[in-house]
Amino acid sequence: MKMTITEKILARASGSQSVKPGDNVWVDVDILLTHDVCGPGTIGIFQQEFGRNAKVFNREGVVIIPDHYIFTKDEKAHRNVDILREFVKEQDLPYYYDPGTPAYCGVCHLGMPQHGHVRPGEVIVGTDSHTCSHGALGAFATGIGNTDAGFVMGSGKILLKVPETLRFVLNGKKPDFISAKDMILRIIGDIGVDGATYCAMEFVGEAINDLSIDERITICNMAIEAGAKNGIIPPDEKTIEFVKSRTLKPFVPIYGDEDAPVLKTYTYDVSTFVPCVAKPSSPDNYATARDVKDVKLDRSYIGSCTGGKITDFVMAAEILKDRKVTVETCLVPATVEISEQLISTKIDGKSLLEIFVNAGCEPVAPPSCAACLGGPIDTFGRTHSDEVVISTTNRNFIGRMGSKEAQVYLASPLTAAASAVTGHITDPRDL
Amino acid sequence: MNQKNNILRAKVYVAGDNIDTDQIIPAHYLNLVPTIPEEYAKLGSYAMAGLPSTALPFIDETTGRTPYGIMIAGRNFGCGSSREHAPVAIGAAGCKAIVAESYARIFFRNCVATGEAYPYESETLLTSEFKTGDEAEINTEEGTITRVSDGAVFKLKEIGAVGPVIAAGGMFKYAREIGIIKQG
Ligand code: SF4
Repeated sequence: MKMTITEKILARASGSQSVKPGDNVWVDVDILLTHDVCGPGTIGIFQQEFGRNAKVFNREGVVIIPDHYIFTKDEKAHRNVDILREFVKEQDLPYYYDPGTPAYCGVCHLGMPQHGHVRPGEVIVGTDSHTCSHGALGAFATGIGNTDAGFVMGSGKILLKVPETLRFVLNGKKPDFISAKDMILRIIGDIGVDGATYCAMEFVGEAINDLSIDERITICNMAIEAGAKNGIIPPDEKTIEFVKSRTLKPFVPIYGDEDAPVLKTYTYDVSTFVPCVAKPSSPDNYATARDVKDVKLDRSYIGSCTGGKITDFVMAAEILKDRKVTVETCLVPATVEISEQLISTKIDGKSLLEIFVNAGCEPVAPPSCAACLGGPIDTFGRTHSDEVVISTTNRNFIGRMGSKEAQVYLASPLTAAASAVTGHITDPRDL
Repeated sequence: MNQKNNILRAKVYVAGDNIDTDQIIPAHYLNLVPTIPEEYAKLGSYAMAGLPSTALPFIDETTGRTPYGIMIAGRNFGCGSSREHAPVAIGAAGCKAIVAESYARIFFRNCVATGEAYPYESETLLTSEFKTGDEAEINTEEGTITRVSDGAVFKLKEIGAVGPVIAAGGMFKYAREIGIIKQG
């Protein structure tokens, strides 16, 4: 039987010759990811159900990356990190990225690939809905709750329904000023926030192959914003090279059959794409940047899984070099590695950091999720009233960045930077 | 609220389409850990705190619990994050069942895995058939929800593949029953 990449990975991981959409299968998990927001609850369930002295299914299979509430005075947030620390010690876990120490790394979905925990063909589950990011490297990756995660922690297994696949074929050459964010916002705008519920979103085609690994992560990260179970991009040479540069652990890439049946195929020509935004308060509320050029802004926020990578900051810096911002501009690198790259990466002899300082941006924040999800009151970049924000994050639900009264427009780093310069939403081609 | 045999009778709270997890439990309450009993109750007292300020309150401020035992909603209920705090908050507030036209996948799964709130799907959109405060009766055996004021009956969908997990009482009990994990 012909199978898609998602079906083949689930067949391998469930020890079956073949699986088909709708099958419920017990899958062996390679990596369980958790963080400071859901880790303590997961550990609580694990200890309740498997016993106080139980051991995790595989020490090397549990990755704990605190990243959400790190630079805050909130006492419970600190207590939660202490719970993680104690558990890691007790279980002697090798992959823990402790805040306040040189091991700290920042946002989990970028820490995972940077530290070699994402490998093609593997099964990754995480207590975070954006775990689907890791499909960018050809893994099956999906978000789960604490109870399922507690189950995986003790058993190494999870019961999964094999999803139908929606295939997105992105042909053509990407025009200037278009980024992965514009591509995925366009797709979500077309199919809606529940357009891929229960399905796998598989992204293929020339325009996908042309994307960097960072940009592919942006695409797969936002599969959940259409309700998908997982997003996935078949591995290619770029994938293999990236993964080999990050881990010595062997892996076996899995490829789907090209003629495997899928639920539906969507075909796009990206050469027709234009810079766009998602208007408040839903990621599927698509508009072109030009359509909303009259929207005046209070803040531009460049950070998170989908906007705080080095490639995102390079895009922002290309726009901001030799220009000044006119609204508060917050920059939050996702990881420590990316913070360091802001200094080492140069455009025309100037570091990205210098470019941002010269443009009048706020001092760069330490790496974490920060205001991507609002968080404690003292979180950097958080909204507190009716601010209008253009943001490179991935969700603009009511209250997502803090205040219920705030209006958040999602956009690419290029559009967020261009808008920071003018003070209203701006198509970067019009700057 | 009155719950006996296969009947759940309670007041309903009516919410709309695409109620996301930030509306169900805003992110600044995610520092609470659901497995710590006091914090479980606290989460309940913040259930639906992220609804727009114009929405009717879901929680009774004096008790910190909800007077509504059933939530009625439209499409894609629980979209957004994987935070299990969301079904936990609803369940901890005292709301036992949700009847939505459809669910986001992770939220549905978390309801099933935790047993915090029973995620029913309605065959038709019910948000215009009920208003907040109406009395309703869910009959699990018949698969129906009734508007008590005039006896109008609406069908619920079959629960599907997760039926055995729900019947067992959650993921752990189910896995023990079928021998995936050891008794204990
Ligand atoms: S940066 Fe935002 S989307 Fe990414 S893990 Fe943190 S909160 Fe989630």
